[in-house]
Parts: sequence; structure tokens; C-alpha cells
Amino acid sequence: MKKQSNSRRNFIKTTTLATGAVITAPLQMNFMAPGLGNKKLKLALVGCGGRGSGATVQALTADPDVELVAMADAFHDRIEKSLKGIQEHFGEDKKIDVKEKNRFDGFDAYKKAIDLADVVILTTPPGFRPYHFEYAITNDKHVFMEKPVATDPVGVRKVLEMAKIAKAKKLNVVVGLQRHYQSKYIDLKKRIDNGVIGQIRSGQVYWNDAGVWVKKRKAGQSELEYQMRNWYYFNWLCGDHILEQHIHNIDVANWFIGDYPLSAQGMGGRQVRNGKDHGEIFDHHFVEFTYANGAVISSQCRHIPGTMSRVDEVFQGTKGSITLGNGVIKDLEGNHQFSYPIKWGEDPNPYQVEHDKLFSSIRSGGVISDTENGAKSTLSAILGRMATYTGKKITFEEALNSQLHLMPESLTWDSTPPSIPDSNGNYSIPTPGKTKFI
Amino acid sequence: MFPDFLRLLLFLNLTTYLSFGQQNYKQQLPGTEKSIAMLFIPGGTFTMGSAPTEKGHFADEGPQHQVIIDPFWMAEFETTWDLYTLFMERTIDKYQINSSLANEVDLEVDAISGATTPYTDMSFGMGTDGYPAICMTQLAAIKFCEWLSAMTGNFYRLPTEAEWEYACRAGTSSAYSFGETSENLSEYAWFKDNSDDTYQKVGLKKPNQWGLFDMHGNVSEWTLDAYEIKAYRIRKKNNNDNPYIVPTKIYPRVVRGGSWMDRASRLRSATRRGSSKKWKQRDPQIPKSLWWHTDAPFVGFRIVRPAKPPKIEIQKKYWNYSTN
Repeated sequence: MKKQSNSRRNFIKTTTLATGAVITAPLQMNFMAPGLGNKKLKLALVGCGGRGSGATVQALTADPDVELVAMADAFHDRIEKSLKGIQEHFGEDKKIDVKEKNRFDGFDAYKKAIDLADVVILTTPPGFRPYHFEYAITNDKHVFMEKPVATDPVGVRKVLEMAKIAKAKKLNVVVGLQRHYQSKYIDLKKRIDNGVIGQIRSGQVYWNDAGVWVKKRKAGQSELEYQMRNWYYFNWLCGDHILEQHIHNIDVANWFIGDYPLSAQGMGGRQVRNGKDHGEIFDHHFVEFTYANGAVISSQCRHIPGTMSRVDEVFQGTKGSITLGNGVIKDLEGNHQFSYPIKWGEDPNPYQVEHDKLFSSIRSGGVISDTENGAKSTLSAILGRMATYTGKKITFEEALNSQLHLMPESLTWDSTPPSIPDSNGNYSIPTPGKTKFI
Repeated sequence: MFPDFLRLLLFLNLTTYLSFGQQNYKQQLPGTEKSIAMLFIPGGTFTMGSAPTEKGHFADEGPQHQVIIDPFWMAEFETTWDLYTLFMERTIDKYQINSSLANEVDLEVDAISGATTPYTDMSFGMGTDGYPAICMTQLAAIKFCEWLSAMTGNFYRLPTEAEWEYACRAGTSSAYSFGETSENLSEYAWFKDNSDDTYQKVGLKKPNQWGLFDMHGNVSEWTLDAYEIKAYRIRKKNNNDNPYIVPTKIYPRVVRGGSWMDRASRLRSATRRGSSKKWKQRDPQIPKSLWWHTDAPFVGFRIVRPAKPPKIEIQKKYWNYSTN
């Protein structure tokens, strides 16, 4: 165990130096995205899971003249499964075909796919995102990318750097924090901005449910392949569920307050979901985020079956309160003031709206720049994770400058993953009070 | 919940009423303390559908026609999350009752596919313990029945649309099982006007004459049938023997009873509703989940067990999910 953490620390040191060099490299600014008018838009999908396939369907639905030209994934079988799903979705309505030679697998597949496209969808496990995003922006592509946009601060800094370049190049970037594209949230945010509950002083944000899928280890798999298949449970790939899922709710708190947290402290652990199949992530976190204006947000996320389920955001202001889930606003006495008329199955699908806006902006020469908020909300959730892992109070500034680097910058199938199990098959689990802030 | 002494009275009352011998019973779930109360529904004949003169009548509810229904048991309550979670988690499969003890079915529990874990909380924060399970696809509801059959040895399935309406009416022919108008609906049902925008625990309102709770409202309930708007037009006037439209497509299939989100007239005994692709609209994945309707927090189900189980080779058709 000790040996592992040593090698991991060394690894972090060396790669941090390398990253520093990349960040300070001079910006290449000789490209400005042209308005793409009526041109056929070539689309590449990088990360062929269920979400990537869904996003591809939405992109192909958003604009009649988009063609899926390339697909990339670490695994060939995921590409084939994804393509089949997309084809079945459209059936006879739209012919979808990606040439065999444009279906790329492996760790560098993303470059080959991105090279062939005008617009790219980045939906691999989030650890890869900064590096894929960097390549896409460097090569002048418009981007839809899923949240979170990194799993460590090194990645967040890279994405923030690329955000500036993307803006300068007038490239459109939509980040899959789809509540920003959901009618209910947009409507209620306007009401909050108009002061119906006054200034937000406190809030509670939740992602509590039974948890997600687990992929069992299969005979013959290398450790790296196993982790890539069961990626949810490894921090370099996923960043823990406080980041991978709960980012949505933390992001809503940031959005509604209009700021990012100043600091965080919290607690967490893994009490129920703690088997060998469950890698190294926690099954619960509770974090207190404090904002510059004194507002405090309690954030809870839990993956434990048989416990109270709730995915929601609630805020209390100086004049009243709001619950985003049911869209209800009340005054300070608890009297009902407003209900957003939720029309299940009828309100526009926010996942579709993301792509409708992206493509219409590309066509009209507009610029959507979701990146900076995506990166800062990603960092907010990482900040929460740092607080629960270490048990310390940590500031946003400290997190932003942290040298924690979980994600290797380059990988081959021969690489050793950053986390490796001990001889009993157990991974090293973060321990509050012992795990150090890096 | 309905107070125990009242339920006991009801039970005694029913068992007296059903003097020809069939009894209510509780289906234990092996390996747990949980059980499902099953009420005996006597066979009979009833008029299905509603007359054009009924307030709220839709064209798909006519013409009215006479239907013969064989006896069956029906769950007193809508299936709750407590029970549905057992199916989702599948941690009690090892307690499958040996088929020699209850031999209506011949199934190995590990051969039955299980619902995938949803990415988000499918109860939408409306509560789980004692609350009706929602958002499952008809496939998932069907597979729950198959799984329960394998676990217990008794043959369970979804009700046909005709069985559902027969049970809901409980011998009445009025718009609701308690009367012609919705005036007293709040005593019997959770719907738009009283639900506070959420489903409620099962069994809090008055049951119908046969002891079934929440047939009107709370959550709409899956049936086996394909939804055809003109279904009743091709039926005979009389003696339709246990009619059931076997689906050949995924959509639309029939849900009944109306829900916490619906206005009163959609809770009538005759109201029909077809499922829709829109019920998966916000599922962000492709392929979309076979198991979850992200946009149908108003849909649940309850189970039935025919008094005379079908032959084993025919049982499969009630658990199959044809998609062509």
C-alpha cells in the first residue's frame, strides 16, 4: 500500500510539471470560426456510451444537415453498440452510417475522430475531458461536452485556459448541465433574479438515491480495462459521485446565488457500498459550502439503497423560499406564492434544447460559452470531495491551485492505472483526518 | 394505512360475501417480512365502457358492451416501492420457494431479466416507503409479475383492461364506483384537486365495494392490453369472453384509473389512456431504457392472479413483451 501511494505521488509530481508547461504555452490565435451557414456539418462522437449515443441522436435531430462521420471509444464493442442504437432510433427516417475506417478505438482514437469533424461530442468518462477538449479547441471544433469537465484541478485549469481560447476563436461550447436549458429552471431563475424570495441566504441541494450500475471484473481483463469498464468507481475517471452526479445540484446553487463557493467543509465515507467491485469512491458526502455573501448551502449526496431518495434544490431567501423540484415558491410565513406549471412529457426536453441551441448558434455565427461555468462548477464539486476526503476546511482558491493530478495525460493499454488494488483486491480508500490535501 | 380493525371487518365481510369458498390471502415474499394482500374478485358479467351521456365520456369508451370475466385475485393496493425495490435489487432471489410447494408455474428465478438501476431517483422525491412505485415501463411491470411468480410458485400477471375495469366498477355502472358525479371523489381518490402535486401512500382513501384501494387516482395502472381507440367497436354486444388485445407494438398500451396529476373526469371507471413514446422523452441515453419511463411519474401498477391459472406453456404469453 505504502509503495503504491509513493509511486502515485511521484507520478503526480512529474506530470504536474509537464502540465505547467502546457498551460503557459503561447496561445495560437490564427483561427476564427466562420459562420457555418448552410454547410453540411460533420459530427464526431467521442465516448460511445448511452449518454454519448443519446447526445448524438439529439445533435442529428437538432439540425437537418448534420452527418455523423466518425466515432471514437476506448472499446470497439461500445462503438458498434452505440451505432446500432443510433440507427435503430432513426429507423427509416434517417440513414445513419459511419464508415468502418472512421470508427476508431483505443486511447488516441479521439484525435482521429475529431480531425474529421466540424462539431464534436465529448462524452467519455470525465477524466479524459480536459485533454479531449483541448484537442478539439486547438483544432477549431465546436463542442458539446458532458459534465463534469475534469476530475482534478489540473484538468479544471486546462479547461479554463481552453475556455478563453474557445471564446477568442468564437467557437460554441455547450456543457451538459442541462438544467440551464430546462424551461422550469430558466423561468424560476428569472423570478429569483427579480427578487421574489429576496437574497438567497441558505439552501439544501440533494442527489440521494440507490446508486448506479456496477460492472463486474471479467476473467482475462487487465486492471486498466477493468477500471475503464467499471469507471464510475475510480476517481481518475469519474471523480466520485459528488462530482459525477451531484455537480448538477451544486451548479444550480452557484447559478441561483450567482457566485462560486468561497470554501467548503464536510464529511463522508463508504458504509454500505464498500465491496471490491466498488473501487475507491464514497457512498455518501455531506458538505457545507459557504459563499462570499455569507450564504451557506448544505449539499448531500448518497448512493445507498433503501434510504430516502431525493434529487432537488431548495433555497431560503430574505423574503421567501423556493423548491426547484416541484417549482414552488413560498413566502416567509410558508404561504404558497407560485407553482411552476410542470407539464410532464410536454415541456421541451432540455437534452434536446442543448443541441437545438448549439446548432442554431453555429449556423448563425453566435457564440455559446458554457465552459467557464462548467469548469467552475466542476471545481466546486471537486472542492466538496476534497473537503469530505480530508475532513478539512478548504477554500475555492486552494482547490483551484491544488496540484492534485489524478488523470494520466497519456495512456496505452499497457499503462498501469493510477489506482491499483492491494493483494486482497481492495483499493486505497480516502480517510478523513489522514488523507492529505494536495 | 387503513386501520387494521377496519381491514379485518372488511376481510370478514368479504369472505362472507364470497360464500362460495374462494378466500382472500396474503402472498408472502420469501426471505422478507413483506406480503401482498390479494382480494378474491368473483367472476361475472359487466357492461364495459361508458355511454355518450356520461359526463367526461370519450369516444374510445364506446360502444358499451357486455363482458364475461373469470374469477381472479387482485392486489388490494397498488404495488409500492417497498415491493418493487425487491425486484430492482434482486437480493432475495435465493429464497425462491421450491416449485414443489406451489406449483402453478415452472420458472427459474435467475432466468428472469431484471430492471436496470436508473441513473436518477425515479420517485422524484415523492417518497418510497408505503408509496406506489412509478415510472416503470409496462415491460418492467410484466417482469415484476414473472419474477414474483418464480419467487412464489403462484401465477401472477397484470390485469387485462377488461379485468381492471370490472374490478374498478365492483358491480357498479356509474361513472365512478361510488356514484355518478365527482362530488365525493376526494373521499376515494387522490387527484389533481387534492394530491398536493404528489402521489400519496397507498390505502389512505376509502376502498371500493370489493375492498380495492386507489383504483381511482393516485397512480394510473398498467394493464396487459394494447391501446386501440376503436377497440370496443369491433366487439360483440354481448358475451365477450375475457377480451384482451395482445400488443404487437411498444406503444400505445393501456393504463387505467387516472392519477394524482389528473382532473376528476380522467379518473372515471371507463377512462382509458394509451402509453406514449413521450413518456421516455427525457431519458438522455440511447438506447432509451427498456425499464424506465422518465416522464411518467403518474404510472404504476397492481397485480392479479387468475383463480384458474393458465397452462404452463400458455403462461409465457402474459410475460412476453412483443415489440414488432
